[in-house]
Amino acid sequence: MAKLDSKIPAGKLEEKWTNHKFNMKLVNPANKRKYDVIVVGTGLAGASAAASLGELGYNVKAFTFHDSARRAHSIAAQGGINAAKNYRNDGDSVYRLFYDTVKGGDFRAREANVYRLAEVSNNIIDQCVGQGVPFAREYGGLLDNRSFGGALVSRTFYAKGQTGQQLLLGAYTAMNRQIKLGKVKLYTRREMLDLVVVDGAAKGIIVRNMLTGEIEKYSAHAVVLATGGYANVYFLSTSAMNCNATAIWRAHKKGAPFANPCYTQIHPTCLPIHGEGQSKLTLMSESLRNDGRIWVSKLKKDMRKPNDIPEEERDYYLERKYPTYGNLSPRDISSRAAKEAIDDGRGAQGQDAVYLDFKDAINRLGKKVIEERYGNLFEIYETITGDNPYESPMKIYPAPHYTMGGLWVDYNLMSTVQGLFVAGEANFSDHGANRLGASALMQGLADGYFIVPYTVGNYLAGDKPVMVKTDHPEFEKAKKNIEEMTAKLLSIKGNRTVDDIHKQLGRIMWNKVGMGRNEKGLKEAIEEIRKLREEFWKNVNVVGQSNDVNQCLERAGRLADYLELGELMALDALNRKESCGGHFREEYQTPEGEALRNDEEYAYVAAWEFAEAGKWNLNKEPLEFESVKLATRSYK
Amino acid sequence: MEHKKINLTLKVWRQQDANAKGKFADYKVSVSPDSSFLEMLDDINNDLEKKGMEPITFESDCREGICGTCGLVINGQPHGPIPRIATCQLHMRNFKEGDTIYVEPFRAKAFPIIKDLMVDRSAMDRIMEAGGFISVNTLSVPDGNSIPIPKEVASEAMDAASCIGCGACVAACKNASAMLFVSAKVSQFALLPQGQPERYIRVDEMVKAMDQYGFGNCSNTYACEAECPKGVSIKNIARMNRDYFMAKIK
Ligand SMILES: Cc1cc2nc3c(=O)[nH]c(=O)nc-3n(C[C@H](O)[C@H](O)[C@H](O)COP(=O)(O)OP(=O)(O)OC[C@H]3O[C@@H](n4cnc5c(N)ncnc54)[C@H](O)[C@@H]3O)c2cc1C
Ligand code: SF4
Ligand code: FES
Repeated sequence: MAKLDSKIPAGKLEEKWTNHKFNMKLVNPANKRKYDVIVVGTGLAGASAAASLGELGYNVKAFTFHDSARRAHSIAAQGGINAAKNYRNDGDSVYRLFYDTVKGGDFRAREANVYRLAEVSNNIIDQCVGQGVPFAREYGGLLDNRSFGGALVSRTFYAKGQTGQQLLLGAYTAMNRQIKLGKVKLYTRREMLDLVVVDGAAKGIIVRNMLTGEIEKYSAHAVVLATGGYANVYFLSTSAMNCNATAIWRAHKKGAPFANPCYTQIHPTCLPIHGEGQSKLTLMSESLRNDGRIWVSKLKKDMRKPNDIPEEERDYYLERKYPTYGNLSPRDISSRAAKEAIDDGRGAQGQDAVYLDFKDAINRLGKKVIEERYGNLFEIYETITGDNPYESPMKIYPAPHYTMGGLWVDYNLMSTVQGLFVAGEANFSDHGANRLGASALMQGLADGYFIVPYTVGNYLAGDKPVMVKTDHPEFEKAKKNIEEMTAKLLSIKGNRTVDDIHKQLGRIMWNKVGMGRNEKGLKEAIEEIRKLREEFWKNVNVVGQSNDVNQCLERAGRLADYLELGELMALDALNRKESCGGHFREEYQTPEGEALRNDEEYAYVAAWEFAEAGKWNLNKEPLEFESVKLATRSYK
Repeated sequence: MEHKKINLTLKVWRQQDANAKGKFADYKVSVSPDSSFLEMLDDINNDLEKKGMEPITFESDCREGICGTCGLVINGQPHGPIPRIATCQLHMRNFKEGDTIYVEPFRAKAFPIIKDLMVDRSAMDRIMEAGGFISVNTLSVPDGNSIPIPKEVASEAMDAASCIGCGACVAACKNASAMLFVSAKVSQFALLPQGQPERYIRVDEMVKAMDQYGFGNCSNTYACEAECPKGVSIKNIARMNRDYFMAKIK
């Protein structure tokens, strides 16, 4: 079994990272150009890592399945990015950001990692401003902030409703500069399909050239995966259409333990589903909850138009249940409260939706201010639904949005597979069982700019890994396996389309491994997913050729992985007999319906090791809390 | 709530690869007005796959109008008939029963067709690599608040920076010029204090790359601005021309 050594440095929480950096081995500057590093993924985490590693002098090979690095899913983040600058003088500090994140994650994250995240958060803002990211400013010319769910301070920096876009373009320009300087070589339209491991260390990757279908081999001294999250296992999620788990899943099958797969975040403010043909779900930024009030009718099956429902017949349920945080309660809590109201038959006009209302804010601040703050979001809403949110409340519904689980990594962001680093949403490291708003962008850039470049250097200088040539038998074997898998997929020629099977998987996941989970449902889910997986391999119809652009084949390969990952998510959820953050086991709740943690038995990271499809071994990394007292997470 | 479906005829450009001769193929569809344009194409593709036929190759990712991946010419207009949105944001409620809709790829010399509706827009990245950045190393920057930037300036830079790199401006232009796209980046940095040190080198390098990669000249027809899903303003082109002139006389 893999040994889980978190490698948390000794010493005081506040000094760990500084001391660790000081103790790291350094690569002689003249030798840096002798090292090759592969970075898979050029979203926030990957592009920032590639840029920084390039600046340091390593030879970086960066890969993305997109046609351009600027298209990574990070581009879609709207709301903002946290940092502990305390520019508002409202009592924020590195410690408070750290504390909020640990508490927000329901005490299921590693303290030392989270502290480091809070510590480097301030550097991120400086870095991005330096790159020309046009953050919102106040009239005095200084940086503006807003509040986000799960925090009582205003620490979120933003660029209109397009923060992710601007941060990604910042990282993209930094990487472009290194491309021009010859330090980063970018390979676009390449999908990583396997990790090559030699003697327990990552030595390279196998990719499919998505234009020619050719299976290519690339080797390096170390491999960084920054390939994003796996929320598309639900078919409908707020993730971009092409987000997938293939890179981390194939690495998992090559020995990298997968941690806390069941921790998924269901975001409370998304647009409701319009019908069967729905292809993805649209997020309405959580920042809307700064000024919007969430409510449903007090009456069941109330079909009246929202504006016809008088004040006294409205239930502002978040304000009622959580008076301190109100509409800014964390995501898991807000989503569950919406589900409760809908399960109670009080959904907006009988639909699976609740109201998000700006009437009071417009009355208080004027339409102009609201337009300035949320204008583009209101426009998006109207384009999609045909309704005008200045006039009647938005309808929103929870949707799968983010995956806290991911490949297990130690403090250096390295997997148990030596030389395999994992950054951004792809790893499990910082958000515990629930992520707070505006913290994913922070983590992606923290990992990429400020952590991985150091820890990769430490590995190269300390372990002195050798590079393996791509004609090594392990490369040949991995390539052959992928070619066989492709041939197999194309030969099935069954009766069901890839999307048809994916939608069925999505329904199983949403109904049984979604917002509320219980033993019976999870056991059923495991059985159903296994059957569906079998059906996939017998009855899917993958059309087209292998040596051509083939989007059907791309989707089929990704679905094959989801059909295994989905089972592991259910298994992990079944194993964790407690409720924490995004993982709500119906059997474990307080009389008021709040999540009931079990710190005695479950204060650990569940890191699953792959044995074969449908069989995993569980490794546990106990979580120790030295600075924070484990407490019931209350937002009342 | 499901609304009554509408019946349409689609004429979709199908082309096996860059060198093949393409042609329009007809598809009859019945679609919900709440569905998006791309969901309608998903639907057609699902039907084709069911019959073992190759789906229509088209690209999209975020489906929220921000990644710039999608981009179709719909009835002759890049991103379709509704101003200020990307193809993925177009909903079928904007069409009516019995309509015939032509669907084509973005066409420009610098954007070779890869397959069906999918084109290669990497030339735009080459321009960005040539100079679309501010040269700062990680950790070599001052505090974010050390340079106050007037709100209006920051917000003008933000407007320029909102370009999603979709290439509709190029597809709309009879000269296939990338001026709007390039000027958006040039302006963002020219407006900000951080961008000043490299201001003139940047514009020079980017314009050079633009010419090198096969984009045409600007003849001020403003078709680009009209089709830009983000409303990037042609004021940026004027600003870039000024800076380019300065770069040349410097
Ligand atoms: C709609 C939306 C809004 C959000 N808003 C916010 C917000 O306001 N604040 C916040 O903090 N967070 C937000 N998030 C979350 C945040 O955007 C993501 O968690 C974060 O951007 C992930 O960044 P990443 O670099 O880890 O991965 P991604 O940006 O997903 O990048 C993944 C990269 O990996 C590549 N890749 C993946 N697999 C392969 C493969 N097999 N082969 C080759 N390349 C591969 C992709 O091409 C891409 O380049 C939001 C998320 C969504 C969905
Ligand atoms: S300027 Fe507008 S049309 Fe041109 S690439 Fe940018 S967003 Fe697209
Ligand atoms: S798919 Fe991203 S802009 Fe249309």
